[in-house]
Amino acid sequence: MSLAAELLVAGLLVLGGAFILIGSWGLARLPSLMTRLHGPTKASTLGVGACLIGSMIYFPASGATWSAHELLITIFLFLTAPVSANMIAKAHLHRQGHGIDPNPADGIVSGLPAPPSGGDWATFHGAAEDDDAPPAHGDAAAS
Amino acid sequence: MTILSAGLGFALACISLAILLNLFRLVRGPTSGDRILAVDTLTINAIALIVVFGVAHATETYFEAALLLAMVAFVGTVAYCKFLLRGDIVE
Repeated sequence: MSLAAELLVAGLLVLGGAFILIGSWGLARLPSLMTRLHGPTKASTLGVGACLIGSMIYFPASGATWSAHELLITIFLFLTAPVSANMIAKAHLHRQGHGIDPNPADGIVSGLPAPPSGGDWATFHGAAEDDDAPPAHGDAAAS
Repeated sequence: MTILSAGLGFALACISLAILLNLFRLVRGPTSGDRILAVDTLTINAIALIVVFGVAHATETYFEAALLLAMVAFVGTVAYCKFLLRGDIVE
């Protein structure tokens, strides 16, 4: 294995590890769920992506055959990460209702602000007729 | 110690520390959404750990495990969120 390939793989692994650590540090450190959603996106795109590209360079460079497994994992993560983040945000929104994440640093003192066009947020439309969701604040009060 | 083994050691240490931080968020909460997000990030970090481990041991055996983990993690996250949203997974 040549020195250039080794340097490249080591650099990509260091980059990936650093981004994964930064993403999880953000998950542990940020103040509310909507801000915490931001941190792991770095880990799941740049972090895992750099590790997978590093392994994609390592195996052909060390004499093994090239395989598409790493690309499959990367594509799958890139496709599913936005969907699962959207689902988590939506579940959180419906559990917390309009009292979601008061954040004085952003000037949001009372919770979810009203949309500028009037009415209610689109995700709450139709929530009244199939309202078998748990009551708002139930989760926050239990913890 | 070669450059590659130093990079591998750094990456493994970083990912292990990241998994500890995820476990902290998983235990701490405070809402169910935080815990779902922590489990989702935990599996993504586990995928990265498996990939780096595969490079460290120069074997491609573990990639199927990483791929399966990616799929199961996505289905699990969506199922947890669906359960929170609707109180049921399959209606």
